[in-house]
Order: sequence, then C-alpha cells, then structure tokens
Amino acid sequence: MSRIQESVVIRTVVRIMVPFIEIFALYVIMHGASGPGGGFQGGVIFGAGIILFTMIYGIKEGKQRMSDKLSRILSSTGLSIYTGTGLLCMVFGGMFLQYNVVPLLSLDPANVSAILIDVVEIGIGITVLVIMISLFFDISPPEEDELRFSEEEEQ
Amino acid sequence: MKIAALLAVILAGGMLIYAGQDLPAFGDQKSPANQHPIVEYYINNSQSESGVGNIVTAVLANYRGYDTLGETAVIFTAGMAVLLLLRRREI
Repeated sequence: MSRIQESVVIRTVVRIMVPFIEIFALYVIMHGASGPGGGFQGGVIFGAGIILFTMIYGIKEGKQRMSDKLSRILSSTGLSIYTGTGLLCMVFGGMFLQYNVVPLLSLDPANVSAILIDVVEIGIGITVLVIMISLFFDISPPEEDELRFSEEEEQ
Repeated sequence: MKIAALLAVILAGGMLIYAGQDLPAFGDQKSPANQHPIVEYYINNSQSESGVGNIVTAVLANYRGYDTLGETAVIFTAGMAVLLLLRRREI
C-alpha cells in the first residue's frame, strides 16, 4: 500500500466523490437523447468512478463491488440489449433496428423510437463501463499480499 | 538514433501543421461536409422520425444504428481479448 493510498484526505474525498460521479454518469447516459451525452461517454464516466475507487482502496475492495463473474455477465448483457432491441423490431415486421414499428403503449412512432434509443444507449453504457473496469482489473499489477500468496502457491 | 527520431517527429508534425492550414474553419457553412444534402435532411427530419432533439444521437442510434452496434461489438471484443490474454489467475 503506497503513501497516497494511506492518506486519510484522499480516502475520504474518494468515498464522497464516487457516488456523485456515478450519478453524473447515469445522468449523461439518460441525457443522451436530448443533449450532449450518450452511452459511450456515460459508460466511461461510470467506469472511471469505480476505477478511481479501486486505485485508492485496492483491487480487493474494488472486486467486491464489481466481481469477475458480474463483469463477465454484464459485458455480454449490454451487447445483448442492443441486439435484442434490433431483433425486437424485426419481430414486429420492421427491419433490424427500425425502431418506429414497435407498438409500445400505443405511442406514436417517433416517441417509441426515442424510448428505444434510450434502451440502446443503456446497452452501450453497460458494455463500455464493464469493459473499462475489466481492462483495468486485468492489466493492474497484483497487490503485495496477493503476490506473496501466489509465490507461496508456486513453491 | 535519437536525432533521427526527433527529425522524423518534426517532419511529420510539420507536414500536419502545413496540411492543417487548408482545413475549413470550425462551423464553416460552405465546407464540403456541410454542403452535402444529407445534412439538410437530418436537420429537417431527425426530430419527427427519431423523436429525439439531439441530432447527433439521432444519427448515432437511429440512422447509423448498424455502425454503433459494430462499435459496441468492437469494444466488447477488445475487452474479451484482453480478458483472455492478460487475465490473472484466480487466487
């Protein structure tokens, strides 16, 4: 554990900041339809929040929030949401990703496609945030106690 | 060797700066990209066809939905490749 990670100031500030970063990320994802933002940007902000937490509190604490199993499931879920939305449009007789054919709550076609665009953005956001986090976990160096443990295992 | 690398960087950078002089001004109405008829179509019809106020989102998720699906698949594939190659052992 480095000196930065032991600093009380940094630990407290990160604890306070992370929830706000995550809320802001959700706002950016949901705001994509009416202003600047979208799935890619929001997903990256969400992932950056968890990466910030992991940098200060350690890989072990971070993996309790986003376990390997969860990230494996979620990363394919995001892409499935996107593809599923496209296939849903085919089920109702349109072309792949032709949103306005879906009879959703008998809204007019433009509103239906606005809702489905939001769904697609959420799918993009989930994929991007999980891939960001799993990339960080995969290439981060092992922690000291973890390293000692694996050396003992090899002997 | 270092001098050669520095020269290469200066040469490439100089070429980019020289080429950058010919770029259209930011937001220029008369630039070729802004004069294509599709621009007018998007501005007039994206609100009524997609129902979202943001034209960028309408193009990204509706008119170019396939492209964005491919981008998401690229990110997913990159993540899976790193996961397979660099994954640390479960301990």
